[in-house]
Amino acid sequence: MSRVTLAASPTRTHAPTRTFFRGASRTFASREFSVFAALAILLIVTTVANPRFLSPQGTKDLLLNSAIFVVMAVGETLVIISRNVDLSVGSILGLTAFSTGAVYSAFPHMPLIGIFVVGIVLGGILGAVNGLIVTTARVPALVITLGTLYIFRGINNAWAGSTQYFVGNDPQEFGNLSAQTVFGIPLLALIALAVTVIFALYLYGARSGRDLYAIGSDPVAAELFGIRVRSRVILAFVVSGALSGLAGVLYASRFNSVGADTGTGYELQIVAAVVVGGVAIFGGSGTVAGAAIGAVLLTTMTGALAALNVSKFWQQAIVGVLIIAAILITKVISLRNSRRLRVSEAKAPGAAADDIEATHV
Amino acid sequence: MSEPLLRRSPVVRFLRGRDTTIVAALVVIVILSAIFVPYFASVTTVSFLLIDAVPILLMAMPVALIIITGEIDLSVASTAGLSAAVLGVLWQQSHAHGNIWLIFVVCLLVGAACGAFNGFLIAVVGLPSLAVTIGTLALFRGLALVVIGDNAVADFPTDLTTFATSSIPGIGVPTVMVFVVIVVLVFGVILHLTPFGRSLYALGYSAEAATFVGIRVNRSKFSLYVASGVISSAAGLFWVLRYSSAQSDSVQGLELSVVAAVLLGGVSIFGGSGSVLGVVVGVLIIRTVNYSLQLGGLPDTALTIVTGGLLVLSVVAPSVSARLTAAREHRARTRLIDAQAS
Repeated sequence: MSRVTLAASPTRTHAPTRTFFRGASRTFASREFSVFAALAILLIVTTVANPRFLSPQGTKDLLLNSAIFVVMAVGETLVIISRNVDLSVGSILGLTAFSTGAVYSAFPHMPLIGIFVVGIVLGGILGAVNGLIVTTARVPALVITLGTLYIFRGINNAWAGSTQYFVGNDPQEFGNLSAQTVFGIPLLALIALAVTVIFALYLYGARSGRDLYAIGSDPVAAELFGIRVRSRVILAFVVSGALSGLAGVLYASRFNSVGADTGTGYELQIVAAVVVGGVAIFGGSGTVAGAAIGAVLLTTMTGALAALNVSKFWQQAIVGVLIIAAILITKVISLRNSRRLRVSEAKAPGAAADDIEATHV
Repeated sequence: MSEPLLRRSPVVRFLRGRDTTIVAALVVIVILSAIFVPYFASVTTVSFLLIDAVPILLMAMPVALIIITGEIDLSVASTAGLSAAVLGVLWQQSHAHGNIWLIFVVCLLVGAACGAFNGFLIAVVGLPSLAVTIGTLALFRGLALVVIGDNAVADFPTDLTTFATSSIPGIGVPTVMVFVVIVVLVFGVILHLTPFGRSLYALGYSAEAATFVGIRVNRSKFSLYVASGVISSAAGLFWVLRYSSAQSDSVQGLELSVVAAVLLGGVSIFGGSGSVLGVVVGVLIIRTVNYSLQLGGLPDTALTIVTGGLLVLSVVAPSVSARLTAAREHRARTRLIDAQAS
């Protein structure tokens, strides 16, 4: 099933020969576009029902809340494309957010850049722990990261106890970070955008980025082909951890208070965002842009429920429905593609790959 | 003469078997706890240790069978939570005068429906069980929130709540353990003594091969998920009676302990191997370690590190030891071939 999905996506190398219309139709048929369309419809419907939803303040809240999820979803995308999963992201966010508070209470005059380095490095180390265990033991990442989810959270609990740090105003410049805007756009949203663009380019163009798709499509074939599967998978986990660490620092700036249970349950939201954004749960296909739009969609959904006066208790159930709907859609698309592949192979053996490519995934 | 190095007597095979190792580990842990942890060696230990094992033990049975077939079910704790919420709301709406047994039946049906939903998506539609049950983990817990909201329902019949926490006098074993033992025996017989049970191992090795020898793969998987839903629901009902409270976060997060116990008990995460005895011992190991550390004064919050650590260890250890064994046998075989050649 996933093999077919995979074969379709990474072979977009001869793009220049494409006509404009073909490119346009591909854009409209892509998973990213349909998720974007869903987001647009949600925004329009909610704004019509409640005009205050997209007021300047409402938009700003939406962007700020999305930023943290987008950063985490980008890292998770790399891991899922390599046919793994990282369930420990919420715990990594919690641990780094809390250590931000701890560092500031020990060194109140820490420069801003220092606190970001601490968060990203700590997150990266935790991600490396995940990657090393997964690749050394050769067992499903699901089980390992389910374990480290609780281990990291337990460390956070033991360390924090009932301590809460309030870092929003102390130091002032750190708290200001989440209030700053550049040309009217919140700084946090720009950071999230930059992260998305960097990793979109990485997955699109860099050798090691392309390797992740090959590994996710067929790990054994990738190994035989000479790809250094182990170091690539570890790298994906390190990136996921480091970005969760960055998200932890942003969280501390945005929400001011950090404690033992910061970020609990985020892993479900993040996996949901990535899967809704069109990344196949069994690896090999999907884009960072899709995952980022998925994260914005999920955040918007939460805000929209409140704006439409729907009970907040529905939120988690809707997340569950979205995950299931997204994997259903992925399944349908991969079935359709494999049928088309069979048909076109029967007609003209050479044209098969081209035909599939035009349809997306 | 051909391969004397690689053949082992049945006694050696039994002693080196996975089940024996885990039972021995449990015995060692119990002895160490009795020596080093004050107040561990007492009848109250038996009651407290076992009563917390009840929901894990119940849910571990169907989950073990599901993992043996090569699938997974992460939604068990959410199914239990949804049943708990339904129990709470129905009892509240009957103003504590309704027929609680009828409500129990409704809750078990809710559990069966949850399991059937998983089973439909996985066995009929053919979606990956990991993704589906992560989705339903969120969905069923979300529905529990929708059903009961912020409320906590508490006024359950006292005779039932006292029964749920009671122990058999003298030996300290919780009374409900009698029912749990029946469930365990039923699952043990199904897995180890029926053709259906044997077919589950075949399924875990290769679903394709299993299809060719005439095993109804989809029907087997579907029925396991329904069983998982019903048993998880029963665990949820027990949870409510034991704590005399039904709320949206009942049984939250227990799927970790269940999966950890099943894997620690020697069920392979890749499917195709495992035993009910191993799983029971796996549950007892996790409970004993947690309970001893609690008695020893470790804060509850830090215990999650231990459970998480046991989970990681339970999959890393067999994988590493299997690779070491394979390397050793490979060396033995090459040495044998060299000897024969010279």
